[in-house]
Amino acid sequence: MEKNKKLMLGNEAIARGLYEAGCRLVSSYPGTPSTEISECAAKYDEIYAEWAPNEKVALETALGAAIAGGRSFCAMKHVGLNVAADPLFITGYTGINAGMVITVADDPGMHSSQNEQDSRHYAMAAKLPMLEPCDSGEALAFTKLAYDLSEQYDTPFIIRMTTRVAHSQSLVPLSDRQEREIKPYEKNPQKYVMMPAYARPKHKVCEDRLDSLRVLAERTDAGINRIEYNSPKTGIIASGVNYDYAKEAFGLDASYLKLGMVFPLPEKLIFEFASKVDRLIIVEDLDPIIETHVKALGIKCDGKNLLPITGEFSHTMLLELLRGKKTEKLSMDEALPGRPPVMCPGCPHRGLFYTLKKMKLTVMGDIGCYTLGAAPPLSAMDTTLCMGASISSIHGFTKIRPDDAKKTVAVIGDSTFMHSGITGLVNITYNKGISTVLILDNSITGMTGHQQNPCTGFTLKNEPVRGILPEKIAEAAGVDPEHIKIADPGDPAALEKIIAAELSCDCPSVVIVRRPCALLKCVKKDSFCLIDTDKCKKCRACMNIGCPCISIGADGRPVIDNSLCTGCGLCEKMCRFGAIKTIKR
Amino acid sequence: MTKNIMIVGVGGQGSLLASRIVGNAAIEAGYDVKVSEVHGMSQRGGSVVTYVRYGDKVESPVIGEGEADIILSFELLESARFLPFLRKGGKIITNTQKINPMPVVTGQASYPEELAEKIRQKGVNIIETDALALAAKAGSEKAVNVVLIGCMARDCDFTKEQLLAATRACVPAKLAEINLAAFELGYNA
Repeated sequence: MEKNKKLMLGNEAIARGLYEAGCRLVSSYPGTPSTEISECAAKYDEIYAEWAPNEKVALETALGAAIAGGRSFCAMKHVGLNVAADPLFITGYTGINAGMVITVADDPGMHSSQNEQDSRHYAMAAKLPMLEPCDSGEALAFTKLAYDLSEQYDTPFIIRMTTRVAHSQSLVPLSDRQEREIKPYEKNPQKYVMMPAYARPKHKVCEDRLDSLRVLAERTDAGINRIEYNSPKTGIIASGVNYDYAKEAFGLDASYLKLGMVFPLPEKLIFEFASKVDRLIIVEDLDPIIETHVKALGIKCDGKNLLPITGEFSHTMLLELLRGKKTEKLSMDEALPGRPPVMCPGCPHRGLFYTLKKMKLTVMGDIGCYTLGAAPPLSAMDTTLCMGASISSIHGFTKIRPDDAKKTVAVIGDSTFMHSGITGLVNITYNKGISTVLILDNSITGMTGHQQNPCTGFTLKNEPVRGILPEKIAEAAGVDPEHIKIADPGDPAALEKIIAAELSCDCPSVVIVRRPCALLKCVKKDSFCLIDTDKCKKCRACMNIGCPCISIGADGRPVIDNSLCTGCGLCEKMCRFGAIKTIKR
Repeated sequence: MTKNIMIVGVGGQGSLLASRIVGNAAIEAGYDVKVSEVHGMSQRGGSVVTYVRYGDKVESPVIGEGEADIILSFELLESARFLPFLRKGGKIITNTQKINPMPVVTGQASYPEELAEKIRQKGVNIIETDALALAAKAGSEKAVNVVLIGCMARDCDFTKEQLLAATRACVPAKLAEINLAAFELGYNA
């Protein structure tokens, strides 16, 4: 069956696993580091794949498909699982019909997230089995295995990825797709209607299932958990990429209990393994979940006493902290300037944040590229909590500080508005709020790398649909049409007037700040800006927008890097002396 | 035996594509390979690093400090930033292009001078190439990444043919000509 081997991203391998396992439906919301799974799955004609407006909707869609008898899937990042937690906790009770797999991608080290969060807690709390692959090959194998087990045990399986597995490429053996008939659907309210009378016996079903899964976890022939006996001096228990780090750091100098299933845990295997090694070390990043379990069994082990609870692990960290081996390294003798991520040249959010800073407003922020508006020199953001929180929290903020309502705005992207901003806006209008909400409509989901969303007019499969206009939603949510305005961030003066007018009103306002993402192909980049050295007074006003193309030259005068400049012309509007001109390429 | 190539640069310079090309060359050469990359917010003009590891059997997907055999750098400051990852006797192949980071743009810091020379004084084999100019000559400034892969092809564990085949396989068909020209310019630089 094995066709050939291919270098694949862990996420790509999961998508391949979906294809090979006969999965029929994928519904997800993008979130780094999980996004590519759904993007890759969408390339298979045999799989229906969609972007849902948020993770709760995605999970419920997948559950509906599984109940209907088709193998289904949904992917999200760790914080997305918080959004989907409500249906997640029910799926263990109802079970499924056809197989269902949920992938959650954790981000130790916060490469692109607002927190570090260990999704293994969710598996335990929702009583759902969780597998954790260590590389792309295992990601594919575990996906297929998870579908079979899901049907065998009548429960969704969660596959936990972490950034280093999701975004690493390794060799993957490919097989053909196994087409699966849609399973018959039978009306069964005792199984699928979770009202108290039907739900009470299901809790027992759920616990019994976990008992049988514990039996499965003990089996080393099931392709999930395995023991590798090498040196008896050190025994390491690890899952996911931490197993690879441990293997690299210890090689044959240690024995390994490699856990493919991180919930439920195999107690007998752990006892057996622990009895055969002199010293037991639990290598797990983020929370001490395996360690707590092992200690509860009365087994002595090392873990978080030696290894950190924050950040990402590596094999060099293990070499240093567990084996005392430091590597020699070269270093520069001087401190180097940092290079934090910045808004791209031509980014439409730049004009908006320049305006908000100029107006000295308090800005309740949200999750997206525009979160970078918090960084210097724009420094125009006060809070960023989670998806949709800008709109909900400005309401609370202005209820406590009604006088501040006239100098406070919320900013939220079009995709995030669809995700969980709408309900916040409904709350403002319903509860007599007066907040001013700015919807930053850049015609794409920018931060995760250009995914379509309900506002853009295209599906995940790139089929055209009727795009939803945020201004229509705002009106339907109860905002007076008189106070729904459209503004262009490329014209800061006009934008400022509109925002000031809406801030002065004692009613909810929505300003759609609309200009497409500069990275979109449809955005023309056929010109660039140039500084006329005769007219330049070195006032540096053009530096205030934090454009990466403009820097101070040797003579103290700003210079524009033509190769990066998109010709957006924002700097031209900053110059009072007419020293900046936009020129056609 | 595990060999390590680090590819460093600034978000948007094409390091992901470069890591894919080098990874595929490693497969062509018959090695086991792991490539680790950074996505998402860190891409937007930030410092970007990808790891390519190859050998008989590769375990960890990341490269630790003091472990890189080659650092392929798309920007001079980034060469200096990732110097601690170079192993003793390792080699840096760097673009001479300078891209100012935000602290320099805003005037809070200055771009360090003579970086390549300072690195060389530490006994490091550092090879400099004006890859931006060569990429422009090939037909697109975006081909900086392939120019540098061409430079690397002169002396690494992969043959020129293996790297060329991987380049052809990884770049879009309509840009193949430009990229192959970029490769040759890098190889002959």
